[in-house]
Amino acid sequence: MADLSNNFVGIKSPNPFWLASAPPTDKAYNVERAFRAGWGGVMWKTLGEDGPPVVNVNGPRYGAIFGGDRRLIGMNNIELITDRELQVNLREIKQVKKNWPDRAVVVSLMVPCEEEAWKTILPVVEETGADGIELNFGCPHGMSERGMGAAVGQVPEYIEMVTRWCKANTNMPVIVKLTPNITDIRYPARAAHKGGADAVSLINTINSITNVNLDNFAPEPTIDGKGTHGGYCGPAVKPIALNMVAEIARDAQTKGLPISGIGGITDWRDAAEFMALGSGNVQVCTAAMVYGFKIVEEMISGLSNWMDEKGYTSIDDFVGKAVPNVSDWQYLNLNHITKAKINQDLCIECGRCFIACEDTSHQAIMATKDNVEGAERHFEVMEDECVGCNLCVNVCPVENCIEMVALDAGTMDERTGKQVSGDYANWTTHPNNPGAK
Amino acid sequence: MSNTMSKPGIASDRLGSEQYQDVFADLHAPLSPHEALVEAGRCYFCYDAPCQTACPTDIDIPLFIREISTQNPLGAAKTIFNQNILGGMCARVCPTETLCEEVCVREEAEGKPVKIGFLQRYATDAAMQANKQFFKRAAATGKSIAIIGAGPASIACAHRLAMFGHEVKIFEAKEKPGGLNEYGIAAYKTVDDFAQKELDYILQIGGISFEYGVKLGSDISLDELGEKYDAVFIGVGLGAVNTLGIKNSDAKGVVDAVDFIEQVRQSKDLSKVKIGRDIIVIGGGMTAIDAAIQAKLLGSENVTICYRRGPEQMGASKFEQDLATSKGVMIRHWLAPKKIRSKKGAVKGLKLEYTRLNNGKLEKTGEKTSLGADQIFVAIGQKLDAGSLQKLQISNGRIKTDEAGKTSLAKVWAGGDCIEGGEDLTVTAVANGRDAAEDIHATLS
Ligand SMILES: Cc1cc2nc3c(=O)[nH]c(=O)nc-3n(C[C@H](O)[C@H](O)[C@H](O)COP(=O)(O)OP(=O)(O)OC[C@H]3O[C@@H](n4cnc5c(N)ncnc54)[C@H](O)[C@@H]3O)c2cc1C
Ligand SMILES: Cc1cc2nc3c(=O)[nH]c(=O)nc-3n(C[C@H](O)[C@H](O)[C@H](O)COP(=O)(O)O)c2cc1C
Ligand code: SF4
Repeated sequence: MADLSNNFVGIKSPNPFWLASAPPTDKAYNVERAFRAGWGGVMWKTLGEDGPPVVNVNGPRYGAIFGGDRRLIGMNNIELITDRELQVNLREIKQVKKNWPDRAVVVSLMVPCEEEAWKTILPVVEETGADGIELNFGCPHGMSERGMGAAVGQVPEYIEMVTRWCKANTNMPVIVKLTPNITDIRYPARAAHKGGADAVSLINTINSITNVNLDNFAPEPTIDGKGTHGGYCGPAVKPIALNMVAEIARDAQTKGLPISGIGGITDWRDAAEFMALGSGNVQVCTAAMVYGFKIVEEMISGLSNWMDEKGYTSIDDFVGKAVPNVSDWQYLNLNHITKAKINQDLCIECGRCFIACEDTSHQAIMATKDNVEGAERHFEVMEDECVGCNLCVNVCPVENCIEMVALDAGTMDERTGKQVSGDYANWTTHPNNPGAK
Repeated sequence: MSNTMSKPGIASDRLGSEQYQDVFADLHAPLSPHEALVEAGRCYFCYDAPCQTACPTDIDIPLFIREISTQNPLGAAKTIFNQNILGGMCARVCPTETLCEEVCVREEAEGKPVKIGFLQRYATDAAMQANKQFFKRAAATGKSIAIIGAGPASIACAHRLAMFGHEVKIFEAKEKPGGLNEYGIAAYKTVDDFAQKELDYILQIGGISFEYGVKLGSDISLDELGEKYDAVFIGVGLGAVNTLGIKNSDAKGVVDAVDFIEQVRQSKDLSKVKIGRDIIVIGGGMTAIDAAIQAKLLGSENVTICYRRGPEQMGASKFEQDLATSKGVMIRHWLAPKKIRSKKGAVKGLKLEYTRLNNGKLEKTGEKTSLGADQIFVAIGQKLDAGSLQKLQISNGRIKTDEAGKTSLAKVWAGGDCIEGGEDLTVTAVANGRDAAEDIHATLS
């Protein structure tokens, strides 16, 4: 069996599946249950300054959107950082770390943007024996109105400054958690790097309104007739998070900076994808909140079976393996030509590929009607019209029924009437490109 | 004290009066809102959907299911009623397993079609419960149309004509409207007086009036109607039955299955309906199945369907056959009735002869058997009572019409079971009535 053990910036854990800083990691009770279930580590729910804790709303905190069968595909929340006493949290962290020495316990922190505040909290956290800290520069609601969380994460100079303070005032590894509510994720990542961060983690949640109640005309979750934007997470944010992870992984200035991948990770496959794009480990929040801690069993068995199948013995064998394949559009090979092919044995003849292509794409699928001149209902791709766009594949309800098949070099592309070239050629040299060299 | 199932002969109250309501309860409970959402979520919203093509009334099934899934059941109901104003009854009685659900792509994909019939019931129930009316009469046209019979074909025709602003008069031989919806459909498919409730809902459109106890042929004639009305629609169904033609067919206890079902449907107190202990049902269609099941539900001990061909040839679908056997009905194939045994003029049993197929032709094998019975229900098909329709061209025993329902007589249309090519389904009758109304309207305007 593959070895799943993880060493992330010197923090060791039996597997790369950590729980993100959020309700699942808010107290010893949850964290102990999570460790018993098999999670490799936790980012303790964000702690704030000593003093009266923050207060949460007393109405609903979550909004959600659903896919078929009411599967939650996206969730948002308007919760703040921990609303429990600092001392209680510290006591529990210490005890949990003692009880679970092989698991990673990293403490998420958010205090005001003043060096004194950080100087005060860092030693007391270090005293617990925690493995590291994560700087929460991401919380997009509530805390950001108070100059913390995303308010810091949106200003690269602040990120660099606070990271530097932390590095100067603790021996623990410093992981900087980034907000996705920015225009280009590379700037905050570079700032963290410059400040001396040991790693970045991303993404935190995305500014969002999930629903509007059409009876009282208020955003949901609704508190006494009003709503506010919340932080969006869950499967729906995975593509955004993957892209941001990839951007950092392939940016020359941050190359090699360890990344802890977060955002919509729900099963082993999602985790493997984040890792292939350069995440040294992953963090999970929503999936655990939706299905409970047991999902980690599926993640462990799935990842290890896949690694066995691929012959990977350790996680390092595949972390970052997809990074070189993330390219700018302009370097994509324009001579690579694919055509959709419907496997008629698998086809259930729903006709969705047809109507999608007919109404919205390239009119490249032929629909044969039932009982017209003895014909049978049937759908077929017309190669001379197919541009290879893949829409039909994505609307087909049957997995693997429609495949994109690449044309071999030397064969004819019936759509253009030209021979397929085996040579790589991209936009930078294309005759239609006015700027071509 | 009630009687028991084992009491010999023909007796009432075999179950004890409290039992009947449970036994004759709705065959399928309506979907809860949650069940409806889950089921609606399974529809793929097919292009040129096979289910819609398979529906004789061409209901836009993917659209109405999508409307259910977006929690718009009234929108769904309107989509259904646009095509089929008796969508509520059809949701209950259509053999969906041989219509829309048979061709659902999810039947192809995983052997489990979307439960289209149940979803249709969900939507139509919602509209009827809210008494939401979707159709308004157009301004009066001054034209009036006579309709003979008040079955589903006629009601669909009348409703569509009323929508166009025509005045409709329906002449019905019986004392109640509904045709076989009221008298023929199995009790457990249409509980709580649904047939009449549905009519009340449909007739709110206005412009439709009835005369009951009036029979074409004896009380009125086609000629007369042709003179008084701008058009005539005939929806008389199949009023006559095929005869057994074997010895002792007139013995006491030989019952026409349709009459038996009518008795069950019209009974105010099912414990009063007399039923034999040992029953044989002759036939292989929906009527045979319905009669057998209802006999069993009334407390008969042994109910045996005898059909002269095999299970594949039965008119009743596999679902109907399984339903019957699950209720304890025995189905025997390849048996043709030969002679009714009787004593003092009352049924005692049935002699049968085995049959087989020989080069596609049914033949008797010469081997015989015999079954005891107190009652024999005859369900070997109905036919057109053509007596009053002499002037119309009849083909294969039914009225000949064109695609739109026009008969050989000017001003006369027909639809439902009484026309050639009818499939003997409620939904086909509805389609015929609706299409004839469209054609009548086009002709009159
Ligand atoms: C026992 C039984 C069970 C069935 N079960 C199902 C089922 O589960 N699902 C399904 O889809 N179909 C079923 N059918 C078939 C379905 O009921 C018919 O196809 C449908 O009712 C035909 O409608 P219609 O309007 O043509 O005729 P009918 O429903 O037969 O209505 C004809 C009307 O005309 C009246 N009438 C007849 N002659 C005259 C006259 N001379 N003057 C005035 N009025 C007259 C009759 O009294 C009757 O009211 C069943 C049929 C039977 C017999
Ligand atoms: C209810 C809730 C509270 C959260 N609180 C915090 C927090 O206190 N600190 C933090 O860094 N992130 C917080 N997050 C963000 C998560 O740690 C995580 O970054 C985000 O949910 C994306 O991961 P996911 O898609 O697996 O949920 C919170 C998320 C949720 C749903
Ligand atoms: S065939 Fe089935 S899946 Fe397709 S539209 Fe009809 S009900 Fe939906």
